Amino acid sequence: MVKQEQEIASRPDNTAFTQQRLPAWQPMLSAGIVIPGFVLIGLAFIGIGVALFVTSQSITVMELDYTGVERTSPCFRCSDPNVKNCVCQLDFSIASLFKGPVFFYYGLTNYFQNYRRYGVSKDDDQLSGDLDSFTSPSDTCSPYEYDSNNKPIVPCGSVANSMFNDTFKLYQIVNGTKKQVPFDGKGIAWWTDYNVKYRNPSVTPLRDAFNGTVKPLFWPRPAYELDPSDPANNGFINQDFLVWMRRAALPDFRKLYRRITEGDYAQGLPAGNYSLEIAYNYPVLSFDGRKKVVLSNVSWMGGKNEFLGIAYLVIGSLCIVMSIIMLIVYAKFKFPEEE
Amino acid sequence: MNNKELPRKEASRAAMTWRSPLALLRDALRGQRAREKELRNLVSNLPYEGLEKGKQPNRHFPGNAIKTTKYTLLLFIPMNLFEQFHRLANIYFVGLAILNFVPVVNAFQPEVALIPICIIMALTALKDAWEDFRRYQSDRKLNNTPCLIYSRKEKQFMERRWKDVRVGDFVKVFCNEIVPADLLLLHTSDPNGVCHIETANLDGETNLKQRRAMSGLCISDPEFKPESFDSLVVCERPNNNLNHFKCYAEKPDKEKVGAGIESLLLRGCTVRNTDTAVGFVVYAGHETKSMLNNNGPRYKRSKLERKLNIDVIFCVILLFAMCLVGSLGHFVWLQKQPGVPPYLVADSNGHLDSPGLSAFYMFFTMIILLQVLIPISLYVSIELVKIGQIFFIANDIDLYDEETDSRVQCKALNITEDLGQIEYIFSDKTGTLTENKMVFRRCSIMGTEYAHKENGNPLHCAILFKQNELMQHLSLLFIVILHVFIYMHIQPAPVAPKRNRIFSEDSVIEEDHFNPPVKTEGSGAISGLQTCSLHAPSQDGKPATTSDNLSYEAESPDEAALVYAAKAYGFTLMGRTPNSVTVSLPSGKELVFEVLDTLAFDSVRKRMSILVRHPITKEYVLYSKGADYAIMELLEHLCGKQKSIAADTQRHLDCYAREGLRTLCFTKKVVSEKEYESWSVNRQRALAAMENREELTMDTAVQLETNLSLLGATGIEDRLQEGVPDTIVALREAGIQVWVLTGDKPETAVNIGYACRLLEEEDLLACTSILDCALEEVRRYSNDPRNVDTTPDISLVIDGRTLTMALSSDLQERFVDLAKHCRTVLCCRVTPLQKSRVVKVVREKLKVMTLAIGDGANDVNMIQAADIGIGISGQEGMQAVMASDFAISHFKHLKKLLLVHGHWCYTRLANMIIYFFYKNVAYVNLLFWYQFFCGFSGTAMIDYWLMIFFNLFFTSVPPIMFGIMDKDISAEMLLGVPELYRMGQGAGEYNFKTFWISMLDAFYQSLVCFFIPYIAYRDSDIDVFTFGTPLNTISLFTILLHLSIEIKAWTVVHWVIILGSVAIFFIVTLAYSGTCITCNPPSNPYWILQTQMADPMFYLICVITTVVALLPRVVFITDSYAVCILSSIRQCVCLRGVLWSSVSPGTKKQQHLFGTFYLVYVAFSCLLSCL
Repeated sequence: MVKQEQEIASRPDNTAFTQQRLPAWQPMLSAGIVIPGFVLIGLAFIGIGVALFVTSQSITVMELDYTGVERTSPCFRCSDPNVKNCVCQLDFSIASLFKGPVFFYYGLTNYFQNYRRYGVSKDDDQLSGDLDSFTSPSDTCSPYEYDSNNKPIVPCGSVANSMFNDTFKLYQIVNGTKKQVPFDGKGIAWWTDYNVKYRNPSVTPLRDAFNGTVKPLFWPRPAYELDPSDPANNGFINQDFLVWMRRAALPDFRKLYRRITEGDYAQGLPAGNYSLEIAYNYPVLSFDGRKKVVLSNVSWMGGKNEFLGIAYLVIGSLCIVMSIIMLIVYAKFKFPEEE
Repeated sequence: MNNKELPRKEASRAAMTWRSPLALLRDALRGQRAREKELRNLVSNLPYEGLEKGKQPNRHFPGNAIKTTKYTLLLFIPMNLFEQFHRLANIYFVGLAILNFVPVVNAFQPEVALIPICIIMALTALKDAWEDFRRYQSDRKLNNTPCLIYSRKEKQFMERRWKDVRVGDFVKVFCNEIVPADLLLLHTSDPNGVCHIETANLDGETNLKQRRAMSGLCISDPEFKPESFDSLVVCERPNNNLNHFKCYAEKPDKEKVGAGIESLLLRGCTVRNTDTAVGFVVYAGHETKSMLNNNGPRYKRSKLERKLNIDVIFCVILLFAMCLVGSLGHFVWLQKQPGVPPYLVADSNGHLDSPGLSAFYMFFTMIILLQVLIPISLYVSIELVKIGQIFFIANDIDLYDEETDSRVQCKALNITEDLGQIEYIFSDKTGTLTENKMVFRRCSIMGTEYAHKENGNPLHCAILFKQNELMQHLSLLFIVILHVFIYMHIQPAPVAPKRNRIFSEDSVIEEDHFNPPVKTEGSGAISGLQTCSLHAPSQDGKPATTSDNLSYEAESPDEAALVYAAKAYGFTLMGRTPNSVTVSLPSGKELVFEVLDTLAFDSVRKRMSILVRHPITKEYVLYSKGADYAIMELLEHLCGKQKSIAADTQRHLDCYAREGLRTLCFTKKVVSEKEYESWSVNRQRALAAMENREELTMDTAVQLETNLSLLGATGIEDRLQEGVPDTIVALREAGIQVWVLTGDKPETAVNIGYACRLLEEEDLLACTSILDCALEEVRRYSNDPRNVDTTPDISLVIDGRTLTMALSSDLQERFVDLAKHCRTVLCCRVTPLQKSRVVKVVREKLKVMTLAIGDGANDVNMIQAADIGIGISGQEGMQAVMASDFAISHFKHLKKLLLVHGHWCYTRLANMIIYFFYKNVAYVNLLFWYQFFCGFSGTAMIDYWLMIFFNLFFTSVPPIMFGIMDKDISAEMLLGVPELYRMGQGAGEYNFKTFWISMLDAFYQSLVCFFIPYIAYRDSDIDVFTFGTPLNTISLFTILLHLSIEIKAWTVVHWVIILGSVAIFFIVTLAYSGTCITCNPPSNPYWILQTQMADPMFYLICVITTVVALLPRVVFITDSYAVCILSSIRQCVCLRGVLWSSVSPGTKKQQHLFGTFYLVYVAFSCLLSCL
């Protein structure tokens, strides 16, 4: 008995796994499955496509270019880099109610915020309120690390330094008088950026934390004075600063500036004439860029996006067409029953 | 006591007197010379016992401690790194990681770039360390095994450890103990000086081998006294030949006694059936034959791997092209900038590099960024996959043989996929196609032919002539068998061998005749039919051995067959010692022959002889046995009766060969005493020679083997193994050419050829010795328009002598050309060397994948010459198995091994490799396309950690599982339709076309995966990593679903791994982006996936992109499936959606049909690009 057991000592286990006989599902991409599958996918896609397309159609977008490279543009005067503190005014009219809430964006084109060495040029520790990094910023910030007097720059780095600094005011012209449209600047940045990632140092008043540092070269005011109107909106948690620091993925981008949600305009911008007052500071000629303002309302799918709806429709239809072609081909060749 | 003594001795050694460095150096040089010398002089250590090391005579030779570990504890890291950097791929990746430390070109944070290569190398190092630790443990165990060494002081054998054994010591081994070093056997407990060893640990042979003590060197009566050993042992330099050893002992009186392998106990062998044996250590430690044979696993490079390397080079070219595009793009982009934009960052001096220089740097940055294009984990994955594949092959129960309890052994670990690409098989005949279990069938004695019925059932054996004459004749014949037995008498075992198999080798052979053969010569014709009733040999006086339970083991199965047959007729071999043969006759009488000498078999003489003294006539008689052509030419001058006997016998031989029987001729020769004595002196001299011992002994044998007189011939049947014809037919259908290379006669070979359906009845048989004519003939035949559509049914039979000419360099081409036209080729009477030359010539000239299969030592050359060598563990020892890449137990296993496992291994690995390339290209191209939108600045829109995880964790396991477990076609189908095997032959599935198709698909998919999200997010406020996250997700789904389309059979494991990968992706990414706030500056993935997953757009984009990316592949596969149905090719229909176009004649139609869909595909791509 014992001997017998010994004799089969090296007999392999006769299990489904070792013998590669595990029960298996063998999907067949045969016409019988693929044609109905295509039809189903096609129908579903067409459904989604229609929904997306309709939603997208209901979104209104208005773009106002104020770069001022053309002589006729009201901002032509300001586009000269030598002109300082230039303000220009752009008039436009809205034909029918621009449904709210309206989002007010500024847009830049040909601006490579995703340029690699630009993108790494910041100090996350500094931006999260680490005072040690105030005095000695990370060398990733170079060359915007120390100024010519060897004082540390806070916030350091290219990204912060190049912050967009045009400001806008929107007026409705009512009976010849300008009525300012109130902007809501709260909550335009990511919640996590505002509450977790970016922190001001816990020093009050805030400006004390910046002792011994200098503001970025390009900035008119230091970080703790970014928003004179609201003391809580200063330092690294300034909403505009947070929006800018979230680097755009593509060279043509827009960034949220304000929302119009208050007062008479909570329901949207009524039809009429409007005037946009722009404090023109940001130079764009050095990279052939354009600046614009975008007014848009949003839906569940975000901003206007016709492409996705069309893509769904096209692919859905394509699936249907292909299933029909296949059906014809198969019918023509009278394929035999599948065994 | 021992233990106390040891440290003391060591202390004294340590206190050794100081010696000048020069003396040490001189000593070291002398030691080096002593080790390198062709001949070594060894003396006993005993007179020098207790002396310091410098005075020991054998100090130059290594001790018995072994060390097989590769590394030491302290040097592990540097040595392992050095080892790993032998791989080009590792150097490449480390080079890139180092490049990343150069500030002007870095693409990522330098430390992070080191992670993947560090992980891969750490894993490899861990594996190496573990293996080395295991080796260390086994070394330690071995080195500390106890053994007995003689000590002069104690006058007895003392217990020591293996590592203490030195050259020149005397070691005693008990029964069932393992021999610690190579010992020259001096004494055994057996009165005849015989010792049995089992060499299973060395060569896997489980039979017992006999070793004989060198006598006369020591006093051994009544007790063995090593002190008396005063000879000088001269032996050759250590070598790894297990069956060869040369040495002689020179006594103080200058008398030389030769010894060979028959006196050597090899390290690692087990002593059996001998109470004690004492030997003199000649080689120790790493110089022992077993250690020299221990070369570790064989390394062959598979065809697939060779192709793979070419594709890796393509990838490198592609990588450089892409980097060049990036670099040029950067240059142009910089040139186009009208001023200095705020996003261009100057260096710390506020200075911007010129566009040219930046572009130059950018080239290297791009290489770092896109490095994953060369699949870093591919090599590791391939190794893992092969381990898995081997696991499944070794565990296949269909390839398990219950009789011998053996599985298929995979000795070469990295050529599994070659099994799926074989085009030519070269097979041995005996033992490979046939069972090598011989059955005695017919014999011809003195020109008269007799038949023998099945297995010699004694009661029913019908013999055609009178018993008396039979006796006489048979006795003539069977005496010749005397020398047959290697196998000796194993005493009714005091200790049963531990092996599973039971040896019942009670004893050996033999037969004899009562009347001197001379007298029987005249005996006349056969008078009638008579049943010979045989009775068991008498047992009087010999109660220990009864003939019933006698079983014999012989060196060659032919001999065993003869001995058994003799036994069936009552001539029972009762005993065999080195010097005598005891035979019991049907009458019960026992005869004892004195064996004077045996002239062993060699492949040049092709015969063997034994010289005995006849117990009755006291004549010296030489009996010879051998191949007919080797015997016939040595017959004495033929006249009259002799001549007619020779002619009759020859006729019978031809007739046996036609029946497929193996033939042997037997002769005898009476040697006069004077002749014997003079010959014997020569013989002794030859045996003691150090130089050319083989040739000299062979010459002496040839001297004696002349003027033989023919006794008769035998025909032995060697039955075909089970399932051989089926297997051969299946292999043929699979498109494999089967050649048979055998040492047998053409007639026998042709006969076996028919039997195993290698040759068909209607075949044209070209038995040729004129190559040109045959070639012309065959060409004419195949060029004949009438024969165009018929498959050539021409078979070539060629014999060894012709083959020698055919393989000469000027005729090779023509021979191969001829062979190509033939359905099969039988090469007869070939030597082992010719076998390997045939394989080499075919392999090199035709550039095909070859497989050689054989079971004997004569097949070893051929097995090593072929791409794959397969050994059959059969009757002829294990040499073939030791040399092989795979070892199986029956020829029929070849069918499943090739058709199923070969096919699977090949398709799995091929598809996995293609997939790996695809995966990396598809993923890396996302980064490449992004460069067009970030000023070619080398930005990655995916967090670098996630990129590493993507390759290392999220997408690495599924392809490995795919490579191990996928089944494109079921085993039953593969066995039932052998044509499916052709998929792997020639270029196979992994070829230029499939590689580039998958590359194109990868480009297409990456375009889709990048541009659909790009268009969708254009002009929005999306940020870099938020844009990258959907891309990463889409890529994951596309890559995994792509694999899912490729997977043909989904088992639980597949589901778990694929779904698990997706789950791990989300878990890890969510956890990472949920916790990493500033952990990975400057990139910040914080809360990005969470934000995205809260956005319905994310899902909508993921769905449509994945669908669009995979659509062409789905359509293509469906289309191919449809084509298969339409062209109604048998295989195709069965094929469950497998794309298989290489063989089908429907390819054209398929292309046509595919064209339809191709238009749709193109239109669709255009549409996409318009958007």
